[in-house]
Amino acid sequence: MEKENSKKFGMVIDLDKCTGCGSCMVACMAENNIPFREDETDKLLSVSWMHVYRLTNVKPFPDTEECYLPRPCQHCEGHHGHSPCVSVCPATATDYDMDTGIVSQIYTRCFGCRYCMAACPYHVRQFNWWDPLWPDGMEKSLNPNVSVRMRGVVEKCSFCIHRYQLAKDQAYMEGRREIEEDEYQTACTQACPAGAITFGDLNNPKHAVYQMVKPDKKNGGKPKNPKAFRLLERLGTNAKVYYLSSREWVRRAGDNYLKTEGQAKHA
Amino acid sequence: MKIDRRSFLSFVIGGAAGTALSPLPWKLTDDIAIWSQNWPWTPVPQKGEVSYLNSTCTLCPGGCGILVRKVGERVVKLEGMEGHPVNDGGLCTLGLAGTQLLYGPTRVKTPLKKVNGAWRKISWNAAIAEIVEKLSDLRSKGLPHTVACISGSDRGTVPELFNRFLTVYGSPNFMRTSSIQDSYELTLFLTQGVRAMAGFDVANADFILSFGSGLIEGWESPVYMFRAKSTLRENGGRMDQIEPRLSKTAAKSDKWIAISPGTEGALALGLAHVIIKEKLYNKKFVDTYTSGFEAHKKLVIDGYPPDIVSKITGVDTATITALAKDFARARKPLAICGRGKGYIPGSLQEFLAIHTLNALVGNINQTGGIWAVPEPDYISWPEVEMDKIASNGLQQERVDGAGSKAYPYARYLLGRLPEVINSSQDSPIQVLFVTTANPMYAMPDTQAVAKAFEKIPFVVSFSSFLDETAVNADLILPNHVFLERYEDVPAAHGFPKPIIGLARPVIEPLFNTQHSGDVIIQIANELGGPIADAFPWDSYDACLEETLADKWDALVEDGYWSDEVFSAADWSTAFETDSAKFEFTNEDIESLPRYNPLKAKGDEAHYPLVLIPYDSMRLASGHIGSPPFLIKSVEDYILTANDVLVEVNPATANEYGLKDGKYAFLRTPKGNARVKVRVFDGIMPGLVAIPRGLGHTAFGRFLAGKGVHYNALIGPVEDPASGHDAAWGIRAKLSKT
Repeated sequence: MEKENSKKFGMVIDLDKCTGCGSCMVACMAENNIPFREDETDKLLSVSWMHVYRLTNVKPFPDTEECYLPRPCQHCEGHHGHSPCVSVCPATATDYDMDTGIVSQIYTRCFGCRYCMAACPYHVRQFNWWDPLWPDGMEKSLNPNVSVRMRGVVEKCSFCIHRYQLAKDQAYMEGRREIEEDEYQTACTQACPAGAITFGDLNNPKHAVYQMVKPDKKNGGKPKNPKAFRLLERLGTNAKVYYLSSREWVRRAGDNYLKTEGQAKHA
Repeated sequence: MKIDRRSFLSFVIGGAAGTALSPLPWKLTDDIAIWSQNWPWTPVPQKGEVSYLNSTCTLCPGGCGILVRKVGERVVKLEGMEGHPVNDGGLCTLGLAGTQLLYGPTRVKTPLKKVNGAWRKISWNAAIAEIVEKLSDLRSKGLPHTVACISGSDRGTVPELFNRFLTVYGSPNFMRTSSIQDSYELTLFLTQGVRAMAGFDVANADFILSFGSGLIEGWESPVYMFRAKSTLRENGGRMDQIEPRLSKTAAKSDKWIAISPGTEGALALGLAHVIIKEKLYNKKFVDTYTSGFEAHKKLVIDGYPPDIVSKITGVDTATITALAKDFARARKPLAICGRGKGYIPGSLQEFLAIHTLNALVGNINQTGGIWAVPEPDYISWPEVEMDKIASNGLQQERVDGAGSKAYPYARYLLGRLPEVINSSQDSPIQVLFVTTANPMYAMPDTQAVAKAFEKIPFVVSFSSFLDETAVNADLILPNHVFLERYEDVPAAHGFPKPIIGLARPVIEPLFNTQHSGDVIIQIANELGGPIADAFPWDSYDACLEETLADKWDALVEDGYWSDEVFSAADWSTAFETDSAKFEFTNEDIESLPRYNPLKAKGDEAHYPLVLIPYDSMRLASGHIGSPPFLIKSVEDYILTANDVLVEVNPATANEYGLKDGKYAFLRTPKGNARVKVRVFDGIMPGLVAIPRGLGHTAFGRFLAGKGVHYNALIGPVEDPASGHDAAWGIRAKLSKT
């Protein structure tokens, strides 16, 4: 159950600022010991916790528009922590943490049944079909704070939870009970050259993310910000990654609307 | 007991139910999971003390400050340095993947010498002795000018050491790799009379008009431009992109104006026409601080009315007029140019046309405008004393023709080198040094470049990596990579303030490599005489520390030194032309061939389409090849398996019977390739677009052989005004296989 002082870490990605450069992806790969193979062009087989999608308004030249959408794990809360993946995992390898709102992934518990991959509506989960191998010497750049995953397990974005643990350790060492907003930031947030990603505690009114998607109590807790939306909102995944876009077609692309449906509400 | 159907089924079902209810399956799956996860080949990263060291990234001319995270003696990650004036915490894909270059399999681990086509390891002493013998021999024959050097930069202590070495040895042939830097330098020199670097105060502008510049695709200092563009957005600023293809920059602009490629200059002159005709220009600036306005006015009023410009560019007249008005009425408008990442210098007249737009709106050296940033001047070594051989050698004309009668303004014309070599009986260059450059990949018309390099008897590569040029060299003297060496980074391209970064060794060199600065000092010492005298330093590090003098401590402490209070010169003192004003035109400019959109090579009958390149932040296309993380991040609509996808408009695809995702044959006057087709709405009909940075033959299995190399399909087009390469594309044919 959610405690009084529990946190709800979330992310706001400003798609008006995102340039689709891919720094978030590479920063994530370097931080989280993501393996790589010679051919990574089949994206269904390629392990990448962060993936930048290309959206288009499907209009012909010269009215074509594009938008880039970085997609980390959405860390769905569902209803009371019933995230789609957590609900189906037979091994309790993935869990919703009520204290942080982070959906964990415990590699040594995972036996690779891939139910979670089927359940996840966002394709954030990837399976290790191959042994992770680093060319001679390249294993030297591996980060000891993140365990290397082995063949046969599923992995996904962790919101760089090891950084939270390090920040908490640091705070406790210094006799503090709480960490500051800037002490815990994900690798992608830190690296984004355009400053498009904001990360913080959605429960904490002092945090930037709270201010950006401030809930409107009159409207079922949906953000007051008309530019804000979440992916596949209508599935009820209650995701903690919010997107901002000033373009209507981009916001509509965030969910499956019927053509006959009128103008989408700012979900 | 008789086993009937009923009892058999009871047994099977009962057994299955019993097993399922027992802990056995769960225990077994758990055991299997654990058992199958303990492979000895899955590495366990070693723990160690964590430390952070500041340094500067040298992988591109962007000059970003980096923070290097170390665990014990291992470099684990590169991150952007917070508070750094250029990148303030952000870092690009290539910088973030920097550890893969340090530890990657493409490093050159020891000096190598090519013997009968195969590499043989050689000691540093033997390698240097070999070079010294060759150089002494040429000098004694009175041929010092046949030694040349290609360098990625001409600023900072290492390029200056190479340049100094050539000078005192007796060769004028130091060449910098070409880029839009050349064109901007010339533009500032011709109109403002200054030898300066162009800086762009993008963050404080309120209307960026980009003539094809990939502001978010690696143009100038990439991360600075990303940040500046975000600031512009936050301040409610606007950005319009003029480009034939919906690049990422175009997609992230307020308006994408598709234009026939190569006609951007005409559009600029058309905008000037409207601005002048409607008297929307900055009167204060134009009346007081410029000269040649009347001549320029006549040129654009007579020659570039919107209807004519519309015919040339394909942009309709209403758009031209509206754009001109919006631009001139913005408070801080800024026009920029140089296509994509800006690796091709481009047409000088086009740069002049676009730069004069900035003059019309009076944003030269203003907040939110284009600044003339003084070239770094911290290197003040004593004059070299030359002997007779050296002075004779320096009297010789440069082999690339820069500074000659035909090309009076260009400082370096590396682009002309292959042709010069290929058209002479014997190579005018006998020994070539290549440092921080990969010309055999990065120069257009790869075949011609390869042929030219083949003719040079002795090519020495100073590359840390086995790149295309190194593979084809005769000797490789591997430099430390940027994480293993000291080096000053004298400027950040396009950054509006003077800044010096310091790259420093965060780790002991992994292999038997040596700092190129040390190698040059050692070669000079062994050659002796006045050459040795010109290099009085014991080592490169000593030279660097002495050169940076009072800035050294700050550089070591902070990782950079910057002139925070710098502001570009006031209009009254900014211009060092004869008139002491900004010159729209003058005798020098008048003497150049007039603006004329440069055509793509090839005849239209055989090649009905036009091939243009595009850049991506996920593909390094400079002298460094993309490390595995970068290639991994490349979109599947750009590369699939080893095939590159070229973009064509649906109309063009229909016309030539091309199908999305299917193979096609791409032919240009310079080469051909098998490619896959991507039908894409975001490109003008009649064009084919191909990404830069693929088709490597070197850099190992993670990069080599993927896609097609754009430079193998095109050839240079010499700009009649500057002599630089101004090719923006080439005619092409795309047919079904």
